[in-house]
Amino acid sequence: MGQSMTAPPVLSLRDVRKSFGPVEVLHGVDLDLRAGEVLALIGENGAGKSTTMKILGGYQPASAGRILLDGQEVTFGSQHDGETAGIVMIHQEFNLAEQLTVEQNIFLGRELHRGWLLDKTRMRQLSREYLDRVNCDVDPDELVSRLSNSDKQMVEIAKALSRDARVLIMDEPTAVLTGEETRVLFDQVRALKAAGTAILFTSHKLGEVSEIADRVAILRDGALVRDVAAYEITEDGMATAMVGRDVSDLFPAKPDTAPGEILLRVEGLRVPGEAEDIGFDLHRGEILGIAGLIGSGRTEAMEGLCGLRAASATRIEIGGAEVNIRKPSDARDHGLCYLTEDRKLRGLLLGMGMRVNLTLQALDRFGGVLVDRSAEERALDDAIREFDIRAGGRDMKVGNLSGGNQQKLLLAKVMQTEPSILIVDEPTRGIDIGTKQQIYAYLRRLAAEGLGIVMISSEMQEVIGLSDRVLVMRAGRVAGMLSGDEINEDAIVRRAMGVGAKHSEKVA
Amino acid sequence: MTTETTSQAPRRKLPSMSILGPVIALVVLVAIGASMNSNFLGAANITNVLARSAFIGIIAVGMTFVITAGGLDLSVGSMAAFIAGLMILVMNAALPTLGIGIPIILLGMVVAILAGIAAGLLNGFLITVVGIEAFIVTLGTMGIYRSLVTWLADGGTLSLDFGLRTFYRPVYFDGILGISWPIIVFALIVIFGEVLMSRARFGRHCAATGANEAVAHYSNVNVNRTRLLTYAMLGLLVGVATIMYVPRLGSASASTGLLWELEAIAAVIIGGTVLKGGFGRVWGTVIGVLILSLIDNILNLTDLVSPYLNGAIQGVIIILAVILQREAKAKG
Repeated sequence: MGQSMTAPPVLSLRDVRKSFGPVEVLHGVDLDLRAGEVLALIGENGAGKSTTMKILGGYQPASAGRILLDGQEVTFGSQHDGETAGIVMIHQEFNLAEQLTVEQNIFLGRELHRGWLLDKTRMRQLSREYLDRVNCDVDPDELVSRLSNSDKQMVEIAKALSRDARVLIMDEPTAVLTGEETRVLFDQVRALKAAGTAILFTSHKLGEVSEIADRVAILRDGALVRDVAAYEITEDGMATAMVGRDVSDLFPAKPDTAPGEILLRVEGLRVPGEAEDIGFDLHRGEILGIAGLIGSGRTEAMEGLCGLRAASATRIEIGGAEVNIRKPSDARDHGLCYLTEDRKLRGLLLGMGMRVNLTLQALDRFGGVLVDRSAEERALDDAIREFDIRAGGRDMKVGNLSGGNQQKLLLAKVMQTEPSILIVDEPTRGIDIGTKQQIYAYLRRLAAEGLGIVMISSEMQEVIGLSDRVLVMRAGRVAGMLSGDEINEDAIVRRAMGVGAKHSEKVA
Repeated sequence: MTTETTSQAPRRKLPSMSILGPVIALVVLVAIGASMNSNFLGAANITNVLARSAFIGIIAVGMTFVITAGGLDLSVGSMAAFIAGLMILVMNAALPTLGIGIPIILLGMVVAILAGIAAGLLNGFLITVVGIEAFIVTLGTMGIYRSLVTWLADGGTLSLDFGLRTFYRPVYFDGILGISWPIIVFALIVIFGEVLMSRARFGRHCAATGANEAVAHYSNVNVNRTRLLTYAMLGLLVGVATIMYVPRLGSASASTGLLWELEAIAAVIIGGTVLKGGFGRVWGTVIGVLILSLIDNILNLTDLVSPYLNGAIQGVIIILAVILQREAKAKG
């Protein structure tokens, strides 16, 4: 292991193990966090990253092994002990009180007082300063529930700044951020690093890892497989170490054949307040990418198309015939199906088992008035095999599956409706590269079988690597349609940001 | 985690505490009752307990669906009183034209059922379409129905015509093969409800709606219609319960059906249905109803504890039931 750094570690794990019941999920992990160093912890979903971070932050006790703080062995009874020791953790699911204001959240539990009363002026002023440091212009008096995800992330970071963290642990901080916001975040990370904070973060975006990390630790199946200086490893090397096999062919080859007939024609689609005058054609056998910034109305437009929210359109044709889609069941009757971007809140019933989740969307296919359980069980067998879903047991609650397996189950679930047009929204958000590869291959196979696929994605690589054509949206409108060689990062970004496109404008 | 998918666990696991708890409690109560009073297990007492359970039980079956779908209905007790009052008024008014006979009883039944469905639809409409909290809506309609029946009775009691009452009595007191009508109707409704909840699409949709409305919506479940139907069904069942109840006393007043809503909700919760929705079981509700009735019955038959403490004991049981559920959930 290449631990050649000179600074002594602030926080270390020594042969840490963790078991849930009889299953050991961490098999003796050693890890060092040093002052002024950014450590990236990467691995596939279920490799043990979250567990490792929770042990570091005091959220979960280790089953065996030692935790060293400044070389001294410590035991964290709770996250409060962790915070007292200067360890601040930012969760992927935010830890903010939604009904409190930004300022109240930043000072939650450590409110400033003047005499018996709260010193609101001072807290507001300090909040403003912390928010300014992360270039976040939200009002400290705004309720957190009204903020966008990226603003919430910035508030979390402002909160961490306010606590003078010695160790900052971030679980996928950039998952919900745009490119610009990520840049702001990284500036802050660099500033914190210069000030001597030890930083650990996880990410599935390997480009970011190369950019910001000083050291990279790679977990696979609960064991640390690499721990090296960032300059010693390439992105390909990271991916290979994470998955344990070569994943350089992340995207399946695009077909050379001409697209089939038009499956779906949308004209003048309007979702009040979100999207205006959206129009496009989708061909049989094609993957149409939809790119654009978060908030550009992509999700809303597609949800409107599928009857999931109020929308109107000049004309919508499916298979050449005009259709009228007012509610989700209309969409389904026409073979149109939408896979949500939010698998935890809109996609799956986390407290229920896989069988119930799998068949919920197409329950009428399983028996008449009464549900045929054995048919459901057979469907689950098929889905587990086809989608390679790995679960501890069939009766396991879906909430306990790893993100990648949840996503596969969600995909299996929407496929139960046997769609001819599939709209997938962020189909690989927050899942590991091995699962991504499987999902890309699956989508391409569906297209080859004659489906039309629309893929909304914020990951540029994904849009470029998988799409046959790309529709770019900006501020609720279509900002351009790219195909073939026009599909490149520059052309997409120019349209998404609305900056004057030069050469590519003429081609379009 | 890379544990391979395993098929069903080979060893037979003991049912969890959330299933065993209510069953054990019921068995213990029966044992206590039997040891304290020799008449407890007699046919007369058992029939009495079951017949009295039937009203709350029929309503509680409907309540199970409402709660499973993430709702609540506080108005059922008042609704029952209002329907009873309405039914008596209509039947008395129709007496000169129809006379005493089957048609007037059928008229009363139709009125009760239609009024129940209408009242349930009103609750459901305000909750799903207008979008007001179920607690607020049904707290409001609870007051409205209670007040209406008091007004209809002019502060006193609405009584069914004496001759009619004599003719109608068998609906409560008679039956087939010694089993009285309320028990038969209750049993049929329970069987129907259990199948609907655990085997039918509607039950699955109720659980999905209660567990996560957004997921249900994105899964093509018509969330509003599902909720509306649960309230309408509950209203219908309140109507059915009232049809069974009116011949028992032949009257309705401001105190008819008082606190039935709480007993029904308590029975549902004791039976293992989750108050915030997402999971419900009708057979559990039946056990919950029987537990509550048996406590009442045992206190009346024995002089161990004052019957006035009935409410206190029921309260303890409700809280215990929820604690047991939570522990089962933490383990599972």
